[in-house]
Amino acid sequence: MTTGQVGAVRRRAGQDPKTWSRRFVANNGPLMGLVVLCVILEFASHHVFLTAGNLSNVLVQASTIAVLAFGQTFVIVAAGIDLSVGSAAGLTAMVSAWMFTSAQFPAGIALAAGLACGVVVGAVNGLAVAWGKLPSFIATLAMLSIARGLTFVISGGKPIPTPSSVSFFGSMIGPIPVPIIVLAVMGIACAVVLNLTVIGRSMYAVGGNIEAARLAGLPVKRILVTVFALSGLFAAVAGMVIAGRLQSAQPGAATGYELNSIAAVVIGGASLAGGVGRASGTLVGALILTVINNGLNLLNVSAFWQQVVMGVVIALAVFIDVIRHKGLSH
Amino acid sequence: MRKLHRWASVALSAAVMVSLTAGCSNPADGGSGADASGKVALLLSTMNNPFFVSIRDGAQQEADNRGVSLNVLDAQNDPTTQANQVQTAVANKATAIIINPVDSDAAAAAIRPALDAKIPVVAVDRGITGVTVDSFIASDNVAGGKQAADILAKAIGESGEVIVLEGIPGASSTRDRGQGFTDRIKTYPKITVVASQTANFDRTEGLDVTTNLMQANPGVVGIYAQNDEMALGAVAALGGNTAKAVKIVGFDGGDDALADVKAGSMVADIAQQPKLLGKQAVASISDILAGKTVDKTQSMPVETVTQDTVDKFTQANS
Repeated sequence: MTTGQVGAVRRRAGQDPKTWSRRFVANNGPLMGLVVLCVILEFASHHVFLTAGNLSNVLVQASTIAVLAFGQTFVIVAAGIDLSVGSAAGLTAMVSAWMFTSAQFPAGIALAAGLACGVVVGAVNGLAVAWGKLPSFIATLAMLSIARGLTFVISGGKPIPTPSSVSFFGSMIGPIPVPIIVLAVMGIACAVVLNLTVIGRSMYAVGGNIEAARLAGLPVKRILVTVFALSGLFAAVAGMVIAGRLQSAQPGAATGYELNSIAAVVIGGASLAGGVGRASGTLVGALILTVINNGLNLLNVSAFWQQVVMGVVIALAVFIDVIRHKGLSH
Repeated sequence: MRKLHRWASVALSAAVMVSLTAGCSNPADGGSGADASGKVALLLSTMNNPFFVSIRDGAQQEADNRGVSLNVLDAQNDPTTQANQVQTAVANKATAIIINPVDSDAAAAAIRPALDAKIPVVAVDRGITGVTVDSFIASDNVAGGKQAADILAKAIGESGEVIVLEGIPGASSTRDRGQGFTDRIKTYPKITVVASQTANFDRTEGLDVTTNLMQANPGVVGIYAQNDEMALGAVAALGGNTAKAVKIVGFDGGDDALADVKAGSMVADIAQQPKLLGKQAVASISDILAGKTVDKTQSMPVETVTQDTVDKFTQANS
């Protein structure tokens, strides 16, 4: 809670025009990092990076990780962690594809079933955490395994072609790729829920101090279930984007993406201790991860060095943020 | 202090979970291994992948032909389970072991009981690090890389820019398929490899990396993907018509890729022959048991499959 209050005070102080620009820079360290990264890549890539085509690629490629990370933001704000988002994304897309091809349901119903499956997976996580008293790390680790296993069971280990309702997520509306629209819609949804709804504000309270939230009369258990259910729903949407882009649901889709989604949220300035986190920060975090991948490809950097660079940038991004906060509070 | 408690409980529950999962696999091993006596044990890494199922099919066919009784065990991609299976096979006096390691490094320790008991061992598809087994049988990935270079060169008229999608960094298949290609493509002076990037043998990554590389190198006319999944990602990245203009060569011979070769969106696929791997493993084992000598390493040929030959290849390997 204390960090949340400091943030609120800072935001209010930021309205003073004299210090506004300084505050903006101080409060948006990750964004500054992203800008610097983009400038470096633009010159290093001989002006290929900042072309409309490449920026569109970056946004499309960021869409899956960003949508997963938006869902993860709810969980991390509420002081939890969701390790099952990658598996949930794989499972939900597979459920949709299977409903359409094997069970012969209409495309629209197949899509709805996939999204509902994401909500169920998330809600089960939430129930295990809220009522089962499992640490979220363990509950979602179990779900990571269960959901991936079910994906293999349903698919028999083979890719299944997706219905038109899912393939739509990988298509274009006019000149704009649908994944970019999905990215925008889910990002706005995440920001609205966190900032403008009672349940969203309650997540900060639960994450800041769960005991205080309980004593203040907040329905902590219901909030936790909602948090994980939202994460499951966002994972399902990400799953549809991945499947839509490949026109098929892959049994191994999104394996390991949970770690990237957590990294995106933390790079974006959230605290794993809970109570702090913003949708805009998460977006920046996801973009940083994607831009690094894109840039290393453009520069044709060797695969061995790519992993080193990725690790160093993740560590640096969070380290700078830690230093910055310390510097301000002392 | 409370925090400490919480972490302790997390660690404890994690430990319990790990031991539970490890425990689960044990009874199954004992059960299926019980009738392994006097048989050749075939220890597969996983049956959750059509490639390894084909190895099993080929091995079973050859075993039936030669009157060898085969006991097939699936390690479900868990090196520990595989180590247990080796122990059980040795304890049940299996006459020989054919192992398809889950992990080349982990298999070095796992196979020790069999070596100590002087049971003949043949490794299939993946080798065992630091251990010389009686025979190691795998696809000739270096030759496959060279074949890929030749067919790609032919498809683009022996000139132009090409890109390479690499597999998981450090994997032996990545090294061998890359080396064969690099060595051979050098002999075409008008072809330049403008970028070589990993997409980790993954279809989604193949899609993203291809998109990025095409952005940096719009003049590319050919793509060599070191497995089928990445080739299919490249096809998705380029879309139907562009995929036909840019020539894509994949590697493995999976159903999806062969369908794309047939449809023309991939120009060729370098097909492994998993059935042949399985057959050769059983043939080698029965030769060794009969006292004949077999080569320590056996490279099985891979086949260049194009639109013209795809039907013939599919028939021969179904």
